[in-house]
Amino acid sequence: MASRQREISVSEFFTKNRHLLGFDNPAKALLTTVKEAVDNSLDACEEAGILPDIKVEITEIQPATSPNQPSKFRVAVEDNGPGIVKPQIPKIFAKLLYGSKFHRLKQSRGQQGIGISAAGLYGQLTTGKPVAIVSKTGKGRPAFKIELRIDTKRNQPDVVKDETTEWDKDHGTRVEIDLVAVYRGGRTGVQEYLEQTAVANPHLALTFVPPKGGERLEFPRVSNELPREAQEIKPHPHGVELGMLQMMMQDSGAKTVKQVLVDDFSRVSPAVAQQACEMAKVSPRLPAEKLHGEALEHLHKALSQVKVMAPPATAVVPIGETLLIEGLKRRFPRADFYASTTRPPKVYRGNPFVVEAALAYGGDLPLDEPAEIMRFANRVPLQYQPKACAISESVYQTKWRNYELSQPKGGLPVAPLAIVVHLASVWVPFTSEAKEAVAHYDELLDEMKLSLQECGRKLATQLRAQKHAQREHLRRSLFEKYIPEVARALANILSMPVEKTEKPFYKALPIFVNLGLDEDAKDAPKEVPTGGGAPSVPPPASAKGKDKQLKLVE
Amino acid sequence: MAAKKAKKSDRDAVTLAKIERLAREVLAQATRGANPAVEIRQRSLSNVSFNTKKKIIELGDKTQSREFFNTAMARKFMQTMIVAQGCKKLIDEGKTVSIRQMFYMSKHTLDRSNENTFEDQSESDPIIEDLEVGIDALREELHLFANKRGLVVGKLVVNDAGDTIDLARMGRGGWGIPSICESDQLEFVKNSADFVLLVEKQAVWLRLNEDRFWEKNNCILMTSEGQAARGARRLLQRLATELKLPVYVLVDNDPWGLYIYSVLKQGSINLAYESMRMAVPNVRFLGMSASDYKKYKMPHAAEIKLTKEDLARAEQMKAYPWFKDARWQREIQGTIDNGFKMELDSLLTKSITFMAEEYIPKKLRDRDYLQ
Repeated sequence: MASRQREISVSEFFTKNRHLLGFDNPAKALLTTVKEAVDNSLDACEEAGILPDIKVEITEIQPATSPNQPSKFRVAVEDNGPGIVKPQIPKIFAKLLYGSKFHRLKQSRGQQGIGISAAGLYGQLTTGKPVAIVSKTGKGRPAFKIELRIDTKRNQPDVVKDETTEWDKDHGTRVEIDLVAVYRGGRTGVQEYLEQTAVANPHLALTFVPPKGGERLEFPRVSNELPREAQEIKPHPHGVELGMLQMMMQDSGAKTVKQVLVDDFSRVSPAVAQQACEMAKVSPRLPAEKLHGEALEHLHKALSQVKVMAPPATAVVPIGETLLIEGLKRRFPRADFYASTTRPPKVYRGNPFVVEAALAYGGDLPLDEPAEIMRFANRVPLQYQPKACAISESVYQTKWRNYELSQPKGGLPVAPLAIVVHLASVWVPFTSEAKEAVAHYDELLDEMKLSLQECGRKLATQLRAQKHAQREHLRRSLFEKYIPEVARALANILSMPVEKTEKPFYKALPIFVNLGLDEDAKDAPKEVPTGGGAPSVPPPASAKGKDKQLKLVE
Repeated sequence: MAAKKAKKSDRDAVTLAKIERLAREVLAQATRGANPAVEIRQRSLSNVSFNTKKKIIELGDKTQSREFFNTAMARKFMQTMIVAQGCKKLIDEGKTVSIRQMFYMSKHTLDRSNENTFEDQSESDPIIEDLEVGIDALREELHLFANKRGLVVGKLVVNDAGDTIDLARMGRGGWGIPSICESDQLEFVKNSADFVLLVEKQAVWLRLNEDRFWEKNNCILMTSEGQAARGARRLLQRLATELKLPVYVLVDNDPWGLYIYSVLKQGSINLAYESMRMAVPNVRFLGMSASDYKKYKMPHAAEIKLTKEDLARAEQMKAYPWFKDARWQREIQGTIDNGFKMELDSLLTKSITFMAEEYIPKKLRDRDYLQ
């Protein structure tokens, strides 16, 4: 047996596990490549405090032999980020499992550090072409153009070309990957991903140049506010996994178990650490390295049960109610109403999280189709496996009929409606390593439903006001239709000019018709950016004057 | 459009004042920001009562306020004003038109719309009635008349708008009863009849006229041609009150025939406000009675099975206060118990002249009628 044991090459690993990494098929491979590059650019810009300006360009470099067959594409993603210092470039783009994000508990887009180099590897495996990077770290500094290949045997980058080049940008990075792919539209397409990214990142200025002469897409920046940087936090005792706990104990140097608990965990005081150790029947003074087996498991169990404060909410950065609407407007600028809700931070298994939701309603959204759901985890659109996702489930479980919308039993609301649900958390529980759907945790599902209900209530208030206004408009036009007739008849009977009989009716009209909204405001889209009640329409003034009428019959 | 002003009678002046008062009130209400409204007495079963003393149906005081700023009423309000305007014009010009002509006078397309002020006459007729009760004016005071319906022949000479007409010399067709039979236009010149017989159906009337029934029985023979129009009712009341003639009515033996009789006798729900001028409380119900089936040994061929609607109508009528008398309850119940109805025409199953020569004379002789 031992003779058959050998080191597995990266390419072998990749080929066998490409479904985990998002390269199951040529269409998805294209999406994953764009996604990894854009996520990297966004994270880099935000960490450097730069408002991101990203351009995505896809060109078909070798047309397919027949439609829908894979063909060769070039994906180019260019940002205005801080740039990458030259020695780092090969490791980032051509070494798998190299990254800064994996080892920490901090809300960020990517979490595995496998993405962009995997895309490069996929490109290399399908086209034989190296990855090309241009990067510049500041004004006056040189721009480097580097072409990289991955040595799949050693998991090491091979620099194929390394030259200095002219770049009119002050700083930024451009990555170009050639790959065999299929360019598709629709729910799982690249354009859908970019449009949704624009929704969740109002501070992003995005340009997309699609292949095959498709229409260029521009999303100018709608917010000059960078998202607050998420605080890195230590693991919380309620959420730590056994493997992680073991690793923390092993890597502790010369600390005791109690010291590790106090120093390396969030919200664990010496008293709490003492209590956990007692519950687990583990000596608090035991050197941490020596904690193994059953004792470790006991401690893990005790940690999940010990009473402890919730982790600090500063670790989670939501988009926010106002900006969520700004973002949504980028995709649906002509909706009639927008509503959004950001829930207060909550905790699931020791991980702080925030759920937010937003709705766009009416306008040019399709009238009689099921609502469109946009799912986000840490601002990243989730496009696959909607049926398996807790976010979809929360939409299905919400009783939209309570909010003036029609909803077939157990289905999506059928209305001109787009729904956004965003889960922000230091650790998003996905159903699988492909990170395509959020797992069904009750704590998450409850918050999602609460956020949708809040949005629903805001929407319903608006819809009722709209219905009322429509009714009043109808009433007004009805009266306006008959006033000239009545006035003419009265004028003829009383031998008066029509103007004199008409005027009192037009003057009385507003008393009996309540449009509820200012005339000039009535055509502008209404929105409810922040929590609390939506501006409601005042109830119609009592318009009955019966008591004043003279009886014309004795 | 300077209308020629015709010379107005005092009655016209009063009616004009009523129309103008309506218009002024409406305008005043709008001016002070109130909802312009016309109070109209409700013409429904819930707002009529049977005056047991006078034995007529009277309209109650319940009114409905027809408001302009009310989506359910705005159109009718507009129509009421247009009809009022039309009537004012008729009075000004001294002309009289039919209610159908009033429909055309009032019908036009609204500004910036393809909607008409009135779409058909079934819309304008009730509005005219509304105006009558709304301003308390009679139809003829508004210079309107309904299409005439009903025929008369017999031993009576009348003068109608200056023409002397001998109703005994009307040939086979008879004289059409005008829709307005007020004394200022229709005068009774010479009467030699002993009674009036009104039959529901024109065909029966023609049959009796052909047999010169009125000559042989010395009477006035009328037909209402179905439900009696205002003219026929007014004429009948004047014959009964001014000439003190007994009035007999012959209708089909079914709830509808009985209701025709009932309207002649005590008025209708819809025109309850006119009962005083039109009802003939002592009119006599000669037939056909449910009991005639046995009494006259009618053959099975005379039977027509009662429909669901017939039965429902019969039950409805049993509940009317003016049919509470035991004899009427018996009569209605008789038809229900028979389970069939009979048309007057079915008397021909006996013989062609059976009705004129046996049935009616025997009934009159035997005083076999309800009153």
